[in-house]
Amino acid sequence: MKKLIAGATALAASAMVAMTPVSANAKTITLCWAAWDPANALVELSKDFTAKSGVDMKFEFVPWPNFADRMLNELNSKGKLCDLLIGDSQWIGGSAENGHYVKLNDFFAKEGIKMDDFMPATVTGYSEWPKGTPNYWALPAMGDALGWTYRKDWFAKPELRDAFKKQYNRDLEPPKTLDELVDIAKFFQGREVDGKKVYGAAIFTERGSEGITMGVSNFLYPNGFKYQDPKKPYAMEGFVNSPGAVKGLEAYKALYKCCTPPGYTDAYMGEGLDAVKSGQVALQMNWFAFFPGLYKDEKVGGDKIGFFVNPKGSAGSGSQLGGQGLSVVAYSPNQAEALAYIKWFANPEVQKKWWSMGGYSAHKAVLNDPGFAKTAPFAADFLVAMGQVMDFWADPSYAQLLLAEQKRIHDYVVADKGTAKEALDGMIKDWTKVFKDDGKL
Amino acid sequence: MTGQTTPDKLAQRAAQATPQAIAKRVRGLSDRAIAWIFISPTMLLLLAINIFPLIWTIQLSFTNFRANRTNAVVKNVGIDNYTSILSDPDIWAAMQSTAHFVFWTIVLQTLIGFTLAWLLDRKFRGHGFWTTIILIPMMLSPAVVGNFWRFLYQPQIGLFNYIIAFFTGVEPSSFEMIGSVQLAPWSIIIVDTWMWTPYVMLICLAGLRSIPDYIYEAAEVDRASHWRQFWSITIPMALPFIMLAVLFRGIENFKMFDMVNLLTSGGPGSTTEVASITLKREAFEKWRTGFSSAFAIILFVTVFGLANIYVKALNQVKSR
Amino acid sequence: MSASSSSAHSVVEPSALTKRIALGAVILYALITMIPLFWIVITSMKSPPDSISYPPKIFFQPSIEGYCNLFTNQTRQTPEYLETLPPPQNRCEEVTRQRNMVIVGPSNFLKRFANSLIIAFGSTALSVLLGTIAAYGFSRFKVPLKDDLLFFILSTRMMPPIAVAIPIYLMYRELGLSDTKLGMILLYTAVNVSLAVWLLKGFIDEIPREYEEAAMIDGYTRLQAFRKVVLPQATTGIVATAIFCMIFAWNEYAFAVLLTSGDAQPAPPFIPTIIGEGGMDWPAVGAGTTLFLIPILIFTVLLRKHLLRGITFGAVRK
Repeated sequence: MKKLIAGATALAASAMVAMTPVSANAKTITLCWAAWDPANALVELSKDFTAKSGVDMKFEFVPWPNFADRMLNELNSKGKLCDLLIGDSQWIGGSAENGHYVKLNDFFAKEGIKMDDFMPATVTGYSEWPKGTPNYWALPAMGDALGWTYRKDWFAKPELRDAFKKQYNRDLEPPKTLDELVDIAKFFQGREVDGKKVYGAAIFTERGSEGITMGVSNFLYPNGFKYQDPKKPYAMEGFVNSPGAVKGLEAYKALYKCCTPPGYTDAYMGEGLDAVKSGQVALQMNWFAFFPGLYKDEKVGGDKIGFFVNPKGSAGSGSQLGGQGLSVVAYSPNQAEALAYIKWFANPEVQKKWWSMGGYSAHKAVLNDPGFAKTAPFAADFLVAMGQVMDFWADPSYAQLLLAEQKRIHDYVVADKGTAKEALDGMIKDWTKVFKDDGKL
Repeated sequence: MTGQTTPDKLAQRAAQATPQAIAKRVRGLSDRAIAWIFISPTMLLLLAINIFPLIWTIQLSFTNFRANRTNAVVKNVGIDNYTSILSDPDIWAAMQSTAHFVFWTIVLQTLIGFTLAWLLDRKFRGHGFWTTIILIPMMLSPAVVGNFWRFLYQPQIGLFNYIIAFFTGVEPSSFEMIGSVQLAPWSIIIVDTWMWTPYVMLICLAGLRSIPDYIYEAAEVDRASHWRQFWSITIPMALPFIMLAVLFRGIENFKMFDMVNLLTSGGPGSTTEVASITLKREAFEKWRTGFSSAFAIILFVTVFGLANIYVKALNQVKSR
Repeated sequence: MSASSSSAHSVVEPSALTKRIALGAVILYALITMIPLFWIVITSMKSPPDSISYPPKIFFQPSIEGYCNLFTNQTRQTPEYLETLPPPQNRCEEVTRQRNMVIVGPSNFLKRFANSLIIAFGSTALSVLLGTIAAYGFSRFKVPLKDDLLFFILSTRMMPPIAVAIPIYLMYRELGLSDTKLGMILLYTAVNVSLAVWLLKGFIDEIPREYEEAAMIDGYTRLQAFRKVVLPQATTGIVATAIFCMIFAWNEYAFAVLLTSGDAQPAPPFIPTIIGEGGMDWPAVGAGTTLFLIPILIFTVLLRKHLLRGITFGAVRK
């Protein structure tokens, strides 16, 4: 028994000793982002920064489904894990108002970094809070929007082209409208291609973080959905639940029900990539960020894959904005080095290299370059998409608004509760309550 | 140890024989001092990490505090939080999902667990080994279990549908557990039962082992049938243990969060959104700290009240 | 109430047929219940494409990719770049290069596993220590409001962890204990100590006071009597309690995911976030699950006899 007590106290003591913090090396800073292809590219790119400045880079990457939870928790607990954070565009409001991010206006002025050098949509989307005012909290780091991929080699098969032409009286080509997209998905659903049963489309249906909201937006925006009256902020009736929006939501549910692989009830980016790489689907909805990686894939890349921007709807076009901005965390003890990183990153040469390595630069020097559209098969579509992007709310209460939409949309689309109009009406009710609590209504 | 027939009397006599001052020195630290030294670390820790936070939660529940807006003005809102929770249909839906989950897991785990315990109590050769094997699912982390059962429940690549297809002949992709509104609640019940039936089995086994042989022998002498013995001896004497297992599992499953969150995220829609998932979303995603504190208090009072009633019933059963 | 003796009285000993049926039924249950676990272990030995093939593969070419992916971070490179690198040093590098990827460093898994070890052992040791002495105090001494205090201790287990986490989160934020191993050890100890006190009091109640009192007459102090007389007899209870505390602390997720992120994060919040190039990297997740199960399995199997006795006593007492 004596031994047991001695052992226990020794364990407890060694536990205490193991916890004494190691003094941090002042010449290393940590950058936090989501764990995906562009992050790996950034690791490579940042070697240039280390070479030029002598500051070592450490990275903390968190998979997308856990990214928001973990990082917002970190910011709210004033954590010192991250010196730099490439945070989602929706966090700008909360982070600005609650003092998580360092305001960058003075730094930009001092170093001659001009927001005019970046695409306006990205400046508004990733840097400004309040929106439309010259208060900058991030450097636009990663431009992104929701686009589509398709199996070019299947579309080229003569027997499939004939069958499609017979059934729909037009050629099997990338769709120009959402209705055409649904037709193509229906055509491929359950068909045997290359000896295996395949399915129509891989779309976003994820419940836990933001998946289904991002996915459904691509069907809502082109059908006239607006978050609020352009003339009256936070007035949502008739804009969120306009007849076009209701039709768009119904179409998304129809697409989900008819033309997705089995078990596709909680799918986001990763599942979509898996579906494409294992040859299961003809169409895939995903962020442009993944397209460089897919194009390079041995099994389904190269000639086998094609890309198209989100097709038009009944009221025009629209793509869901993705992308993030690079911010300095206010609780970081290494702000000088972090700002140096931002200065390095804003350099047009670095931005050009960023694009070449698979990161989506938001800098005009890259995007307005005349040869840009030819640099990759998806580059032209990316420019079109960025010209028609709409983003979700970026208010400080964005999480409540997002969770409300996640619940209402998933309840309707996947759990078969109520009608599309009821879902959107319910959303307005939920959002009104949030804005009332915030004093905005 | 010398076998003392009247140890207390001896101790008393010894104590009387020893003068007061020496007695104190002989016994070292006084009993009262030891009692306080032994008990206070635990009480202090519980005070700091349980009581003080509980009081803080109660205080927060009357405000509109938000943990992510430390600069905002915090105002007292009285019982607004409580009334809005009790009138919120989504909260009631979450409580319903929780109740469904708790009820069916208790029923299944008690039935299967007790049966297993009874079988193991037949004491066949190797029963110790098989008991240990059966215990293994209990040793996994519920979060990790929820995560890999998502893999198992996948209609195309997961094992579960294929096994069901093997035995019943239905097409594996023709149904899905976590994605369907009817089957999702059962998917979480199945996983929880898989994990925790061994726990119930252990408690029931302890109960069965505590029944002395002589009672059965007496019943045999009275020529009672095995069936009769089971219902008149085994069940009543094991009942306190069974009820204890039900209490523990009930409390644990009322609080359930990790396994369900990783398995279904509360979906599809909110079909499997149990109370703790709602609480987590309110507290740590929407950051409505005051509101979620009120919800936490309501949950606590509910469990506390139900457990209280149950324990009284349990004590009655034990005293019979 | 005596425990049933192992000497068989022919009237209560089950018949050979009953025993065989029982053995068969139990083996059937054990095998069925082991299938999911078996599947996870063999998934850890599959290559990622095999793990998501449909229909699921029962026969496959084993690969250590799962374990390699678990322990390393990798990036994709072009075949030309791969040509320029020195030849692979070990099997993991070989396997990785075959997929056109390169190992860039260790993953966080080992750190998370170590955190789990420190936090779980630390909090178990502390809970058992505090629990034993508090249980002794409650058992042997007249403590004012004893029954109320004991019920209060039990009721601390009735709050959902998320609920407890709300004020703890705020408290730790102020005290600087967020994301620290010390903070997690204190929290787990506080949660476990209630169970520990409750279980151990049951055990210590069973130990007759006469033994200590005889020892004290023989000249031992109360403390010495506690150490030399009570503790040896309570070993079973202490070990059983330690097992329960260990299982809880080792497998805990809710507090870990809310109160830790980098430095102090243990393994359970980490394992479900291991993604491959698309969705979850199931072989790596399988590998993590398997490795994470092993310590607790060893711990419990070595001490399984104490586990059953622990349930018996703890359950009967109130």
